[in-house]
Amino acid sequence: MDFLVCISKAPDTTTRIAFTEGDTRFNEEGVQFIVNPYDEWYALVRALELVEAQGGKVVIAAVGGADCDPILRKALAIGAHEAVRIDAAPEDAMQVAAELAAYAQGQSFDAILCGKETIDHNSSAVPAMIAEHLDVPCIALCTSLDYDGDKAIMTRETANGIEKVAVAGTFVLSAAKGMGEQRIPNMRGIMAARTKPLQVVPASGAAAGTRIEKFALPPEKAGVKLVDADNPAELVRLLREEAKVI
Amino acid sequence: MKCIAFIQTKDGQATKASLEAAGFAASMGEAVAVVSGELNGDGGLGAVGVGRVLQGEAHLDDGQLARLVSAAAEKEGASTVVSAQDHLGKAVAGRVAVRLGAGLIAGVTAAPSGEGFTRNVFSGKATARIVGNTDKLVITTTPNAIGMPESAGGTASVEAFSTDLGDRKVEILEAAAPSTGGRAPLPEAELVVSAGRGLKGPENWGIIEDLADAVGATTACSRPVSDIGWRPHHEHVGQTGIAIRPNLYIAIGISGAIQHLAGVNGSKVIVVINKDPEAPFFKAADYGIVGDAFDVVPKLTEAFQAL
Repeated sequence: MDFLVCISKAPDTTTRIAFTEGDTRFNEEGVQFIVNPYDEWYALVRALELVEAQGGKVVIAAVGGADCDPILRKALAIGAHEAVRIDAAPEDAMQVAAELAAYAQGQSFDAILCGKETIDHNSSAVPAMIAEHLDVPCIALCTSLDYDGDKAIMTRETANGIEKVAVAGTFVLSAAKGMGEQRIPNMRGIMAARTKPLQVVPASGAAAGTRIEKFALPPEKAGVKLVDADNPAELVRLLREEAKVI
Repeated sequence: MKCIAFIQTKDGQATKASLEAAGFAASMGEAVAVVSGELNGDGGLGAVGVGRVLQGEAHLDDGQLARLVSAAAEKEGASTVVSAQDHLGKAVAGRVAVRLGAGLIAGVTAAPSGEGFTRNVFSGKATARIVGNTDKLVITTTPNAIGMPESAGGTASVEAFSTDLGDRKVEILEAAAPSTGGRAPLPEAELVVSAGRGLKGPENWGIIEDLADAVGATTACSRPVSDIGWRPHHEHVGQTGIAIRPNLYIAIGISGAIQHLAGVNGSKVIVVINKDPEAPFFKAADYGIVGDAFDVVPKLTEAFQAL
């Protein structure tokens, strides 16, 4: 089985969010970047587990500039076999998906795995877009992936609970919690990652469908109003008369 | 301007998240709904401002649904397609955007006003105003964010709609619906009572269930609690679990790690009950009680029951 795992550079979860250039750009100064957690913990780790059990390879791909190389090296250190960086300055999901699909089109991956969303843009848009470009199914919010012969058997979260589904042939999935467990790269992996191939390929020139006009920070909370532990009825009164939520 | 609303149904009725999306579409222009499968009357869509419903065949996979919705948009000459940003919306909206060559603005959190749309970014730590570069747009609305549209009291006409849907590629082997005990599912719940490690063990959840019953709320939990198996995985709210935005979120014995806040910071009102006055969650709370959950929660339940 050959897997393509799409990864994205994301600010560490604890990052203090600030903007620059008239609130039109995320201020990356001093920000620690990580592999988007859903891409790493769930999609990448499950692909590695399957390849370890059945053979094949895991190729990781990211769309971006040279600033993405550290996260590609990190994914190689965790165990991915090859890395590809599609050299572009991505503006939105449509552009990212079109570039990833254009790369995947010329290869023969059995499956393309993505995280369920990135923790910076939170659109959950790229996996379905890649699937449409390639005319293959997209199994969104997937919590397990196994194979029964050539058939992929997956569990996904739905509005009504969970579904077990089967797909024959290539597909795209977006990985949610349950697919795999976080792996910490060891020294051997980190050393090996230095010599693994990181190929930079030119972008196909796909256009973005949207643009960010302005970022804003949410208004500061007014501060917590504390209620005496012996008088919870006062809390009920406040929720009813002041907050008007019950 | 015509807007297509992609609607999901349960027992023939449009889901709450889909009604919000339909109302959003109706506020942008002439709304035409697209559904797959059975509909009970107009599924409640006329009441939120939809004039016509195009009814396609049932049991379609994500690729077929995208063909159905895109074909409807093209037939109607619609410039905008709206869907809820829920499980199926996430699988279908991106596909529709690619088919139509339309920009996708996902997870919009505010009613349309002026050029551009507002959505949350950085896991709720900021918002962004997004503008389309394309003539057509696909927009998905975050459940519980824009509110239910005022009832217009109308009835929508329902007409059959068919197009070349291609073959089904996803085979459903089995489906399981976890019991929510008659409570609203978490993504749609307006009232949520949630608890964490401060409860000390799964056997102590009775006081949480009692409070949830008194409030009419859905129960949720923090990540450590679902990871160690005290509560089912589908109750886990937070960055890796479900992101929710109820009107009221009551957090009991949860410290308020940043990963938890990322899943609940869209809640309109947050109440924190924790015995540690230094718990970081108090900084994100609107109301708080510093006290022992085993002492405070039963009293709070009584106070709700007295309403």
